[in-house]
Amino acid sequence: MEHIVEARGLTKSYGTVRALAGLDLVARRGRVAAVLGPNGAGKTTFVRAVATLVQPDGGSLRVAGFDVVRQPAHVRRVIGLAGQSAAVEDAMTGRENLEMVGRLFGLDRAAARAATTAVLDQLQLGADADRLVRTYSGGMRRRLDLGASLVGSPRLLLLDEPTTGLDPRSRIELWDAIRAMVAGGTDVLLTTQYLEEADQLAADIVIIDQGRVIAEGTPSELKSRAGRDVIEVHARDRAALPLVAEALRGLGGEPRVEIATRRVAITVDTGTDRLMDAVRALDSRGIDIEDIALRRPTLDEVFLTLTGKPIDTAEPQDRRRHPAA
Amino acid sequence: MTATTTVATRPGAGLAPSAVAVALRTIRKFVRTPQLIVVGTIQGALFLLIFRYVFGGSIGVGGLPYVDFLVPGFVTTTILFAGTGAAAGVAEDVEHGFFDRLRSLPIPRLSVMAGRSLADTALLGFTLAVTTAIGFAVGFRVHTDLAASLAAFGLCVVYGFAFEWMFITMGLVARNAQAAQGLSMIVFPLTFVSSAYVPVATMPSWMRPFAENQPITVMVDAVRCLTQGSRVEALLPHHTAYYVGMSLLWTVALIAAFAPVAIARFSHR
Repeated sequence: MEHIVEARGLTKSYGTVRALAGLDLVARRGRVAAVLGPNGAGKTTFVRAVATLVQPDGGSLRVAGFDVVRQPAHVRRVIGLAGQSAAVEDAMTGRENLEMVGRLFGLDRAAARAATTAVLDQLQLGADADRLVRTYSGGMRRRLDLGASLVGSPRLLLLDEPTTGLDPRSRIELWDAIRAMVAGGTDVLLTTQYLEEADQLAADIVIIDQGRVIAEGTPSELKSRAGRDVIEVHARDRAALPLVAEALRGLGGEPRVEIATRRVAITVDTGTDRLMDAVRALDSRGIDIEDIALRRPTLDEVFLTLTGKPIDTAEPQDRRRHPAA
Repeated sequence: MTATTTVATRPGAGLAPSAVAVALRTIRKFVRTPQLIVVGTIQGALFLLIFRYVFGGSIGVGGLPYVDFLVPGFVTTTILFAGTGAAAGVAEDVEHGFFDRLRSLPIPRLSVMAGRSLADTALLGFTLAVTTAIGFAVGFRVHTDLAASLAAFGLCVVYGFAFEWMFITMGLVARNAQAAQGLSMIVFPLTFVSSAYVPVATMPSWMRPFAENQPITVMVDAVRCLTQGSRVEALLPHHTAYYVGMSLLWTVALIAAFAPVAIARFSHR
């Protein structure tokens, strides 16, 4: 069995909303797979289907070789789930939380205790293990929640947006914890809205939208298709935006103008070299700018480059980026 | 990294150990949230004092002091007010993903519901004891024997277990604590349109069929008969055995109606 997760033509609807619209997705053993997509793309529905919490309407879904519809009990024996909200008990200590879940995984008292101590140390929660969770920070709660899914030594760990809502430092700490686990041999399927997170953690990235896969590959494959970096120019004057776009044209992808914030962005392959070119081009045309920056592409930009259309979000006010005419 | 590589397939915990683990968590949450206990107790005591001393003077029940009439009713209806807290707790577990974690584990689905209902019933036993003690403090007295009184207390716990399934179902349907509070409004007609605080005979005729036949009335009257004996039986159309039997029938009916719904709802994918 080389695939830890194998979805074929997976469908799931809630009323008239098609959360999964024929999803084909394969996660290979021994690798971390990231499912990347905007809000409402179907990421959470997919993870819940893998975790046996949601029954798909159609298609097939196998986890570690077991069919989630016909053999849910087998699937539950190989997975560990950490959802979007930290599902830990506030009125218990970190240690008590993990021991409880360990016992539920079928470990005896001594084994649950040993596994708990190992996981707490691994997640650097050892010092806070005997404090009530209601005194934990948001990041610590998420790490403990991760620990709860780990304490039963799952073969496949499911992480649904593990760092959403965390501050940057907590996010990096959680990434480190996830990397340590992966090094220990656990297969991981994670969902995220952040390209950077998928890039940091995953060997394979699957981009989904509206319940379908729209692109997949390794981070470097996707980046070579979408451009590695973004140069963003903040113009001083709205009237200068077409001039800025003209100056940047030819350095990389098609310039994108965002009128409301007076910004022009292009994706480029070799960031620092093209940045110099951009500065020269703007300078030679005598265009005044507020600032110029080199940054990594956002999910929206990757999306736009790969699909030629902006992310179709539920909230129209989020559709701010438009290709330059 | 032994913790993450060893076991290939885990068996999962059986029904009893997983129910105990789930129950222990509910009890710890209660014990370690003192404000819940203190506020609940004060609120119960206040209501009892108001009925006993404010309304009690103008409520005539004939043949026995109002406090002896009131306290069995008050203690019995405590199960409903405690139950609303259980409904909200279950709804929170849905809302915050705690149940999702449990449903992803290799444990019997029944164990989560069984653990929750048993823990809540144990906590109810504590609340009932406190309420009963306050009842004695304001002048309530038993006019039968110890065995009958203990049977009355035991019946309250059994009723509580039965109603617990209704409240769990409400929590699962509501899916968030506020909606659960809304659904919990059902406890008001059940408690007030019953024989708990006033004799049903004083209610208008259109209200009486409901008041006489709903479960709380027979449960309250069973507890009243068991603690007051002939003094209360003289006021009621039936004997003690009738009320005890009817209330146990209601208990079975409530469990039969709500337990399968709660378990199915919890297990639903």
